[in-house]
Amino acid sequence: MAGRFTRRLQKELLDLQRSPPTGVKLEDNTTRLDQWRIHLTGADGSLYAGEHFVLRFRFGNNYPMEAPEVVFEGPNIPMHGHIYSNGHICLNVLYNEWSPALSVQSICLSLLSMLSSSPEKSWPPDNDTYVRRAIASPKQTSWAFHDDTV
Amino acid sequence: MPKDIISTQIQAIEDVNNIFQIPPSTARILLQFFGWDKERLVERYYDGDQDRLFEEAHIINPHKLPRQDSNTEHKEMTCEICYVDYPRKDMTGLPCNHRFCRHCWVSYLQSKIMDEGTGEKITCPAHQCPIVADEVTISHLLQGHPEIQARYEFFVAKAFVQGNKLVKWCPAPGCENAVRVNTVEARPVKCKCGHAWCFGCQQPTHEPVHCPTLKAWLKKCADDSETANWISANTKECPRCKTTIEKNGGCNHITCRSLNCKYEFCWSCLGAWEPHGASWYNCSRFDEKDSMQARDQHSRSRVSLERYLHYYNRYHNHEQSQKFEQQLFAKVDKKMEEFQQRGMSWIEVQFLKKAVEVLCLCRQTLKYTYVFGFYLRKNNQAVIFEDNQKDLEMAVETLSQYLEQDMDSATGSASSSSSSSSSSSSSSSSSAATTAQATSNPTVLADIKQRVLDKSQYCESRRKVLLDHVQDGYEQGVWEFDAAGN
Ligand SMILES: [Zn+2]
Ligand SMILES: [Zn+2]
Ligand SMILES: [Zn+2]
Ligand SMILES: [Zn+2]
Ligand SMILES: [Zn+2]
Ligand SMILES: [Zn+2]
Repeated sequence: MAGRFTRRLQKELLDLQRSPPTGVKLEDNTTRLDQWRIHLTGADGSLYAGEHFVLRFRFGNNYPMEAPEVVFEGPNIPMHGHIYSNGHICLNVLYNEWSPALSVQSICLSLLSMLSSSPEKSWPPDNDTYVRRAIASPKQTSWAFHDDTV
Repeated sequence: MPKDIISTQIQAIEDVNNIFQIPPSTARILLQFFGWDKERLVERYYDGDQDRLFEEAHIINPHKLPRQDSNTEHKEMTCEICYVDYPRKDMTGLPCNHRFCRHCWVSYLQSKIMDEGTGEKITCPAHQCPIVADEVTISHLLQGHPEIQARYEFFVAKAFVQGNKLVKWCPAPGCENAVRVNTVEARPVKCKCGHAWCFGCQQPTHEPVHCPTLKAWLKKCADDSETANWISANTKECPRCKTTIEKNGGCNHITCRSLNCKYEFCWSCLGAWEPHGASWYNCSRFDEKDSMQARDQHSRSRVSLERYLHYYNRYHNHEQSQKFEQQLFAKVDKKMEEFQQRGMSWIEVQFLKKAVEVLCLCRQTLKYTYVFGFYLRKNNQAVIFEDNQKDLEMAVETLSQYLEQDMDSATGSASSSSSSSSSSSSSSSSSAATTAQATSNPTVLADIKQRVLDKSQYCESRRKVLLDHVQDGYEQGVWEFDAAGN
């Protein structure tokens, strides 16, 4: 990563530590700059209220020109129509709609709002086939986005 | 060639500017959006909703640009990509007014152009902003980055070619040129790289056949190649005694191996060999009466396959010969050096190279005459065509023989003695080689030259006669084709 963009990532990290948005918390012992874990808490009034989820962010050399790799991790993967049980997320801003003007914070907020707007808790209809075939990184999947509204 | 393409684009853009009075960058995006069809753009611009037109093309209506407030230009603002503060005037962007620092713009363009390989429709880096970056802005931002700029220009040219029916890429492997024409119909074109091809179908130049016929032929060859190979590789029955005969080598002159029969016949047409004469290439007797009678004994399907093979073999022969063209050029290069060592000037020896060029061109034409002939129904003009074909074929074989064999015997073991005679260009008294005495004689060289010149001019004229005759036939509608080639 070019020096300017390392500084940007450091600023993003600092920002998240100092003034994280509601429901977003950086893991305390974050030491590596290229891989973070972020805890999300489901928003009040949503189907996921009070639930804890862990997101893993990986930043490639081309960040922020290229999107980070973002997946849910750990025992509690949110049951949601655009989230697979292996933690892969079907959200266009993480892939072809990524813009370098987006950030870790904006991704976290999009994910929280995606959870909040969900009318029911269920895996995507193709969950079994996808999880069986899925490659390690969701960035290698070519996503056909089901719809952009949820 | 990318330069020519760009100047063509600039002309189109200027034309649009003169009509609409909009910035060139906007004109370019609009033209690209309409596949460089100026008429369609003008029509759409004047009838209907201009705001919608601009929205669909992902640009801001240049007549409705937001006003710049000069008071805020010195205020600092944060670049949303690198998070660094800059004075507003040092930030830059598209008419959508999303601004980023120049470093980030370059990084963004580099990532799009070099990593993702996109050149057209690079949008503003802001999230969900659909506004397309115009070429002027991009070129400006890429100043000082020639590598990215060159790649970008290549993509722009490529997009232009893809969106334009009058421009096509040269199909030669590794060639990055494009050829532009004024009207869309098929015709032979020549790229600056030397490759001659058909603008209609991008196959190598294929006079006298038309594109659809060639396409049908190539498909047939691909479909039939297995059967054809099987038949070629396998045996035939002697037309007289039915003994099984194997074909040995390339010659069509077959002698039945049965000791009682020893019938001599032509492999291709199954007719008696006698009227074929001494030269294999002389077989154009396929449709002659005796050949037909001989073949009548074979099943109908076998006959049509044989007929196909007859044409295919001719076609294939020339195709094979074309593969040796490079070798022939190399060989003739050496000869030209020799001739110069023997007293001819550089200008005087150019006839050899020209002769090879003529040979290659005639071979190319001949190859496709067999495709034409395969589908052609017999009529009076078809007979004339076949005569022309035969004449050209014989002339080409003679020229080929001059260039590939006779030249060697005329100059003797020239290649081995050339090093000893290279010190002197005059007739050498020190050289003991008898061949050198003959070839250093200027009248022998002049004689060879005259023969090659005469024959290659003859080939050229026969080729022209054949092509003109076919062209006249097309124009007067005398050619009848059989789609099945029967
Ligand atoms: Zn910046
Ligand atoms: Zn924008
Ligand atoms: Zn070319
Ligand atoms: Zn063609
Ligand atoms: Zn026999
Ligand atoms: Zn024959």
